[in-house]
Amino acid sequence: MTGIIEQERYTCAIGAMQTVTAIRRAVPILHSGPGCGTMVSGFFERAKGYAGGNTAPCTNCGENEVVFGGEARLRQVIEGSYRVLESELQVVLTGCTAGIVGDDVGQVVKEFQEAGKPIVHVDTTGFKSNNYVSHAHVVTAIIDQYVDRYADPAPVRSSGRTVNVFASLPYQDPFWKGNLSELKRVLEGIGLSVNLLFGPESGGVAEWRRIPQAFANILVSPWYGLEIVQHLEAKYGQPFYQFPHIPIGSNETSRFLRGVAAFAGLDPVPVEAFIQREEQAFYEEIDSLATFLLEFRYGLPGYVHVIHDASYVLGIAKFLLHEVGIVPREQFIVDNTPEAFQADIRAELASTSSKRTIPVTFDPDAGLAQAAIRGFAHPGRGLLIGSGWDKLLAQDLGLDFLSASAPSPYRLVLTTGYLGYRGGLRLIEDIYDRVLGTYK
Amino acid sequence: MTTVNLNSPQVEIREHRLGSITGYAGSAAELAGCSRSGQLRERNRSFSQCLGCSTSNAACTVILIQDAAVISHGPVGCSGCLHEYAFTYRVNGVHRGLEHPTQRRIFSTNLEETDTVYGGERKLAQAIRAAHARTGAKAIFIITTCASGIIGDDVEGVADAAEAELGVPVVAIFCEGFRSRIWTSGFDAGYHGIARKLIHPATRRQTDLVNVINFWGSDIFSPLFARLGLRPNYITPYATVASLGESSEAVATVQICATLGSYLGAALEQVHGVPELKAPAPYGIKATDRWWRELGRLTGKEAEVETLLQEERAAHLPRIRELKALLAGKSAYVTAGAAHGHALIAVLAELGLKVRGAAVFHHDPVYDSGSAESDSLQAVVQDHGDIPRYNVCNKQEFELVNVLMRERPDLLLARHGGMTLWGAKLGIPSLLIGDEHFGMGYQGLVAYGERILEALENDEFVTNLARHAVNPYTDWWLKQDPYLFLEGAAGDPREPGAATASPSPKGALPS
Repeated sequence: MTGIIEQERYTCAIGAMQTVTAIRRAVPILHSGPGCGTMVSGFFERAKGYAGGNTAPCTNCGENEVVFGGEARLRQVIEGSYRVLESELQVVLTGCTAGIVGDDVGQVVKEFQEAGKPIVHVDTTGFKSNNYVSHAHVVTAIIDQYVDRYADPAPVRSSGRTVNVFASLPYQDPFWKGNLSELKRVLEGIGLSVNLLFGPESGGVAEWRRIPQAFANILVSPWYGLEIVQHLEAKYGQPFYQFPHIPIGSNETSRFLRGVAAFAGLDPVPVEAFIQREEQAFYEEIDSLATFLLEFRYGLPGYVHVIHDASYVLGIAKFLLHEVGIVPREQFIVDNTPEAFQADIRAELASTSSKRTIPVTFDPDAGLAQAAIRGFAHPGRGLLIGSGWDKLLAQDLGLDFLSASAPSPYRLVLTTGYLGYRGGLRLIEDIYDRVLGTYK
Repeated sequence: MTTVNLNSPQVEIREHRLGSITGYAGSAAELAGCSRSGQLRERNRSFSQCLGCSTSNAACTVILIQDAAVISHGPVGCSGCLHEYAFTYRVNGVHRGLEHPTQRRIFSTNLEETDTVYGGERKLAQAIRAAHARTGAKAIFIITTCASGIIGDDVEGVADAAEAELGVPVVAIFCEGFRSRIWTSGFDAGYHGIARKLIHPATRRQTDLVNVINFWGSDIFSPLFARLGLRPNYITPYATVASLGESSEAVATVQICATLGSYLGAALEQVHGVPELKAPAPYGIKATDRWWRELGRLTGKEAEVETLLQEERAAHLPRIRELKALLAGKSAYVTAGAAHGHALIAVLAELGLKVRGAAVFHHDPVYDSGSAESDSLQAVVQDHGDIPRYNVCNKQEFELVNVLMRERPDLLLARHGGMTLWGAKLGIPSLLIGDEHFGMGYQGLVAYGERILEALENDEFVTNLARHAVNPYTDWWLKQDPYLFLEGAAGDPREPGAATASPSPKGALPS
């Protein structure tokens, strides 16, 4: 059980409507009170996709549905959705009203499934979890209720070089498009084919139907999404490889690729050749940057606090320490990491350096993180990587600031990514762009 | 009968209190004629898209109070969009003389499943104590949500107990989303809480103080009022708990939009004797003259007002005439909240544009003052003529897209996020002006006229976007009557004998 939250950095279970929005030509249908969809759009901003935001159908449950049940209303809105919107997949997501009232959403959706419609339902009653958790529920609902019914006839695990990738949460990770794109690039670089499932570089719902054919799944996450790959392992006998955080920069991306290659039994020669080319390109940049990092006379940040989810805290801390030379001080993980995963995440962070301990706090109440940061007095110039909530804090304390987590109203991100070799370089560009921008 | 009852913790929603509706298709004159005649009937939609809800509108009345803290009592998602108000507060502060806007303090009780079983009252009490300890706020507001409402937490009881314990006002605001489909009910709920707990009985009258109920628009009233020897008391963005408390001492209350301030304006008049200026807000020349003269009457500044109007005319009428000539023959479509929508129609009509139609988010047949004088739709019809296709539509994008494809106006003027997109996708120059003060008075007509000219002139972006836009709507839908899904429409599937067959959706099944 979690306590109160000041300055939320994620949203409730129905926030996973963005998981649907990120699938090409899929439509989220909300069976919820009015306002849920608007709250989600407002949290993420600029996140409409194909049919999210004002386009998403919604029952807008009122007193009537709360008192008498909303099943008839849901049926009407689903029918209307077919008449009004073009789509290849429909996902019905329930909000708190339907969840408390106990509407039998499954039964209503089943009627449409039996009529041959590609429609699935998932319980995203707001208070039951958050969007980190319910993302997995949406994905498994689509697999169980859609992929199973419409999967291509090829047998399960028939495609020996193809993997399904589960990594960035669409929109919750502001860099999801760029990150998934780089994941695809590097995995293809070592000889795999990739089902990306989300975003412009995926093959849309047709690609979802090929999920069973993949020989394995790749999970890039410390904890969220684990349910998906465990489910697929049980369901289709697909083993999975988990990398515990977003790999940023050369060291961790190479470690990730070697891990995948060993797991998948790939020929190490071309894998190493790819890694070598990438590392060379990466370090060519670091090499020419080093003079600036070492000699710039007017002040650069020497330490960093990160307020982010576990994946980014780990990825950024390792990258900035070893490949940029910025020392990670106190870190704040605000994704409501379940306790069962916290020890592993602590161990992973501890593995960053044998020379130092990096303190880390797990608490979604980011107001406490801000209060803690106000109390530190580290020597030198500092950097804060967080969300839009943290801009004022950074200003008050004279910290350099990079907005890199949701909600992020002060920054526009389209296809930028921080994952991989290229993402690492981009993160460097963004940090020092902000730093140099302070010199007027 | 008065709609204001500060003894009750909750204010009734607009549907019940004012008879407001969200579904109508017809002309503006017909709709205005239905008001106060008992003929107004809500028409439900059998298909609908995401609406806004009361909780975020209630939030907008309290988050921007300088020294307040806000607790959303619900699951964490119910405060998902509130960071946007923190952004607004910070970036607009400079327009209100606030050089160093402070962090907005926004909390969620983060209700989880166990809380819905055992109740969330303990967590709420904890949240109030935490908010008090962390922020030292002069007032703490609690906004309720669907979940807290349905599980039946005694929010008022917890708030009162905390108030006694902490010695600062703790204000419960009842704004559960499911109770109303008119999200502006949230404004009323916020103001009700403020009127109950923060506005104290007047001990004196400040004869130069005029309450201005508004959003976070630029401070145009200080210089204008100064010419009359008056001062604005802004409610509620950038106000303080103390300045709100004094609003009972003002000489009058004005509002930039009756949709926003209806309830508080009436409460200040009925409970504290502060007269409310009932004439519709000063958008367009006729409304502007009426409004200022009425302000002059209420404040005893008739002569000063005449001078002000004369000066404004002299300063701006020449350019207004030029703009009218430049804009003559252009057509427009408006989508906005109710009273502000009427204001935008007046601005466009005054500038010589032909308003083909409007999709206005809801309709209040009467405001809380009960006065016919406040009827902004009636006023705009009388001042500028009928609007033939006047649709009451609570941001139902599918209807808007359908209508815009038919109407193809030269300009789309919108007042809420998300609505301009469809104008632009269809290649129609589209404009959203966030500052609600921008179009006020004579100077506002000039400002709007210039912006419209600019939008019409610079249409390369929308023209290009139209060539590449993704359209999720079916061809079938775009050929139907836009109001097909409104209750009572010929094609409404609930109506006996509805003729329209459901199409087989293209691409609905995987190949």
